[in-house]
Amino acid sequence: MNGGQDLGGMHGFGPVAPEADEPRFHAPWEKRVFGLAMAMGFTGTWNLDASRAAREALPPGEYLTSSYYAIWFKALARQVEAHGLATADELASGTVSTPALPVKRVLRGEAVARLFAGGFPSDRPVATPARFAPGERVRARRINPAGHTRLPRYVRGQVGTVEAVHGSFVFPDTNANLAGEAPQWLYTVRFAGRDLWGDAAEAGHAVSVNAFESYLDPVDPEPAA
Amino acid sequence: MAHDHDHADHDHDHDHSHPASELSPMELRVRALESVLVEKGYVDPAALDALIETYETKVGPHNGARVVARAWVDPAFRAHLMADATAAMRELGIGGRGGEHMVVVANTPEEHNLVVCTLCSCYPWPVLGLPPVWYKSPPYRSRAVIEPRAVLAEFGVTLPADQRIRVWDSTAELRYMVLPMRPAGTEGLDEAALAALVTRDAMIGTGLPRTPERNA
Repeated sequence: MNGGQDLGGMHGFGPVAPEADEPRFHAPWEKRVFGLAMAMGFTGTWNLDASRAAREALPPGEYLTSSYYAIWFKALARQVEAHGLATADELASGTVSTPALPVKRVLRGEAVARLFAGGFPSDRPVATPARFAPGERVRARRINPAGHTRLPRYVRGQVGTVEAVHGSFVFPDTNANLAGEAPQWLYTVRFAGRDLWGDAAEAGHAVSVNAFESYLDPVDPEPAA
Repeated sequence: MAHDHDHADHDHDHDHSHPASELSPMELRVRALESVLVEKGYVDPAALDALIETYETKVGPHNGARVVARAWVDPAFRAHLMADATAAMRELGIGGRGGEHMVVVANTPEEHNLVVCTLCSCYPWPVLGLPPVWYKSPPYRSRAVIEPRAVLAEFGVTLPADQRIRVWDSTAELRYMVLPMRPAGTEGLDEAALAALVTRDAMIGTGLPRTPERNA
């Protein structure tokens, strides 16, 4: 979606502000939100793409003025409520008044180290060969889905060059809706800074994104000069 | 309280025993959420403690620094790292959530690499830990792709004008780590001493490795 999360190329946010000796968390509640988001994700009621979609669904004004873990908290509470795992009254009061729903699995403390050191890979096999090869020129499609997508606005409609084919991965745009993993080939596509930003581009600047196959159209080779 | 526990290293900010009236509205709302999720059996309090402990104290840039130092001293490891970073890092016992599909990009005199996630906060957790606030915040996410040299200048990094800048926007589940160039004057240093020169920012691309102190 064209939401508050799609920030590439925007102006006006001011300087980057690194913090010396920054702690991992800035308040006790941030730790709890982090842990809760990880643990609830593990229940399999939703997936990582759905969680990103829930965060992006905050109105842009709210997204841009909320701290990072506040965004996580708001999205998590919405997901819990939307899936019927708890009611708004329960979340407001902290008091349980409705029965629990069954969930697929629960993350146990003793399993955390093993599971998180192993990770949760998102590569999946596909039956079809990759459509594009390194060196090919491609155009990022002009898509504007109201739902989740991982093609940022600043590359849509722009022509770049395929640099790498990474294998096939879960497609976020469907997975976020719990509509299936529908894996696709994933590419690194490199864009010249000048093609993205025109005269504003710094010299010798290039940007690449990881783009799923359905984000891309072929471009006829440039005629030889 | 179900998640009462004793973390001597950070009990200064562990205020679960304070009366509710002293807590911020966010603290109260998060507590309510946690209470409900635990009581309903969706969340094991021991899992929360293990997750927080892991990502607050165990996983961090020291992991990435080990990878970089090994790549500086071991050409075969470096070749493996560039070809299949996930597998090469596994050789060092490094991997997991947020780094299932690692890619390492190496700086050269011709090209400097910079990693960003314009859409959220994708960051290679197993090698760098959880990202700093600036990495997740709008100024960096908006500007890294359009004016990386200006962003680098704010980090105190000025690159030669003829060194190209390559920005990697982490828009899928690949996670990027920058392999910085080994600083000059480090020929005599062992792997541990080299790792101590590798900063978090050097592995994001917003910094360069430290240079060894003279006479060290």
